[in-house]
Amino acid sequence: MIISPELFQQIIFYVFATFTIGSAMAVVTVKNTIYSALFLVLCFFNTAVLWLLIEAEFLAITLVLVYVGAVMVLFLFVVMMLDVKQAKASQLKQSYTKAALLIAAAMLVQLLILFAYKLSGEIPSNELVRQEQGYSNVAEVGMTLFTQYVYPFEIAAVILLVAIVAAIMLTMRKREGNKQMDASKQININPAERLRVVSMKAEKATTQAQSKEEES
Amino acid sequence: MFGWSELVPAFPEILVLSMACVVLLVGLFTDKKKGGFIVFLSVITMMFAAILTLKDHVAGVEFTKTVIFNGTFIRDEFGDMLKVVVYLLMISVFFYAKQYLRQHDNLQGEYFALLLFATLGIMVMISGHNFIALYLGLELLALSSYALVAYNRNDLNGNEAAMKYFILGALASGMLLYGMSLIYGAVGTLQINEISQAIAGQNNDMFLVLGLIFVIVGIGFKLGAAPFHMWVPDVYEGAPTATTLFIASAPKIAAFALAVRILGQSLDVLMIHWQSMLATLAIVSIIVGNLFALQQTNLKRLFAYSTISHIGFMLLGLVGGAEGIAASMFYIIVYTIMAVGGFGMIVLLSNKGMEADQIADFKGLNQRSGWYAFLMLLLVASMAGFPPLIGFFSKLYVLKAVIDQGHIILAAVAVIFAVIGAFYYLKIIKVMYFEESETDQAIDASFDVKTVLSINALAQLGLLVLLPVLFQYCIRVTGSL
Repeated sequence: MIISPELFQQIIFYVFATFTIGSAMAVVTVKNTIYSALFLVLCFFNTAVLWLLIEAEFLAITLVLVYVGAVMVLFLFVVMMLDVKQAKASQLKQSYTKAALLIAAAMLVQLLILFAYKLSGEIPSNELVRQEQGYSNVAEVGMTLFTQYVYPFEIAAVILLVAIVAAIMLTMRKREGNKQMDASKQININPAERLRVVSMKAEKATTQAQSKEEES
Repeated sequence: MFGWSELVPAFPEILVLSMACVVLLVGLFTDKKKGGFIVFLSVITMMFAAILTLKDHVAGVEFTKTVIFNGTFIRDEFGDMLKVVVYLLMISVFFYAKQYLRQHDNLQGEYFALLLFATLGIMVMISGHNFIALYLGLELLALSSYALVAYNRNDLNGNEAAMKYFILGALASGMLLYGMSLIYGAVGTLQINEISQAIAGQNNDMFLVLGLIFVIVGIGFKLGAAPFHMWVPDVYEGAPTATTLFIASAPKIAAFALAVRILGQSLDVLMIHWQSMLATLAIVSIIVGNLFALQQTNLKRLFAYSTISHIGFMLLGLVGGAEGIAASMFYIIVYTIMAVGGFGMIVLLSNKGMEADQIADFKGLNQRSGWYAFLMLLLVASMAGFPPLIGFFSKLYVLKAVIDQGHIILAAVAVIFAVIGAFYYLKIIKVMYFEESETDQAIDASFDVKTVLSINALAQLGLLVLLPVLFQYCIRVTGSL
């Protein structure tokens, strides 16, 4: 049996979509916060594959690099450092189930309306534009970013600079009574500042000699 | 591709950005108790930026609107006029900040660099011709402001204020961005002028109105209009006075520009929708601002509530049609000059370890120094809108525009609450002139700060000479949008 490319794509889509939904549900249902964060990583990863399927390679890679690589690692750090105690299931069920069901029902109704609207054909559902082989997503994003959106891009760079300056200004301050050593001060020390050389007249050892004389 | 010639209209922005970096570096080599050179550099930057902005408006040269960077940046008369006002405001902010930070032996280059970055954000917002550019300018301004509020790290009130400002500011930015995304979803473009055309060509505006609501909530937060005003008094009170006087002045002009660019230029077709929303915000702001201000004993909080009511007046102007926009532009310019002077007065009376931010601190100011009591009288009376001063005329123009549009009830409510508001301004004047002073401490400030403050306060009288010219300019530049 030969699998056609379309069928293969559909299989990939359904496998990864199932995993996405499953891990997304696991994020909110699992009681251990660390598992929950790890399921979020799985969810991001599967979403990235789905983006690959619609030929958004750059976004897919960025999602993995930025969210999985940086943001989720930070999340995990924070979760592990905070030592969050596992909430008791009994408490949770009583207080939140009704509200959660209400919100879920509202979202379901909204989605159904959206689907009905879409199926009625009022919103034109454009087919995905397929690019030729060898089409570079990254080059295209870069081209747009550095020509059409160069001005917003530069401002974003300035915002990052401000963020760095502000963060350093608010955290890097010398505290009173800090005993940290300053190497440059130690090296640049001048003997004259520390040691006072006093020139005194040489004196005879009179006191002892006198007392001895008195005794005798 | 673009060449050097395309950068020419953006020279003021480029200058401010480069000088912010220079100030940042120079700040490393400056003593915390002095720092005169940093202030000098910052003031010079503003002056040169003003020259670069004004050089295209010399008589005899035809000024044409230019749009560069693929339509994300616009240079027009409206923007240039607001920018020049921002430069002037920033110059006085720099002088007052110097005075305040020297009192606290904490004058660092970063403070002035962040002020310059914030100025850049304001300029980007004023010149934004694309939703992304407008939003990024707003974020640049906001991030710098959060850091400036938290500047005194050991001050618990300051930290609390910065935290509140940050969280509510982030929420407001999120609202604004969500509204922008809805509008983008409905029209498929982010360019200001293209949005206007795209809306005119379609009749289904449900998405647009939803987006508009979120945009107005975002702008309302940034302006500090009631019912989105909760952060204003706490931030004004908690922040270092030097930061408060900055937040109270130049960013309001940026928020005004944001409102005009988004509502007036891109969503002009939806005017019926946003006019009623703004009218509600305006009236609620005027009522809340004036009533709550009555009970304040802290001058910074009092000015915060008075800001809310002034913002209400400004928003009221936007309801009044084309002339109303000119009137509210005039209003916001006049108001920022008064506000910066009022807070400058608090800075002047403060000294090391004591902030003169209670009304009681102004007791008997007339005995201590007749001149400064007179200056404060001018500023406060102008805020209240007493007839010979410029604050009266700015209110008059707004009310005239609103009445011309037939909103007589709005105007009547505004006037009634402005009269109620005059009470707390009069209280300050009464305290200064008719009560005994508790201290006889001399007012200690350097000559330049005193000069700037005097000019600032005397502008309440001096601008009367320029009044018709200034208002004509406002009408012209808003007409040319």
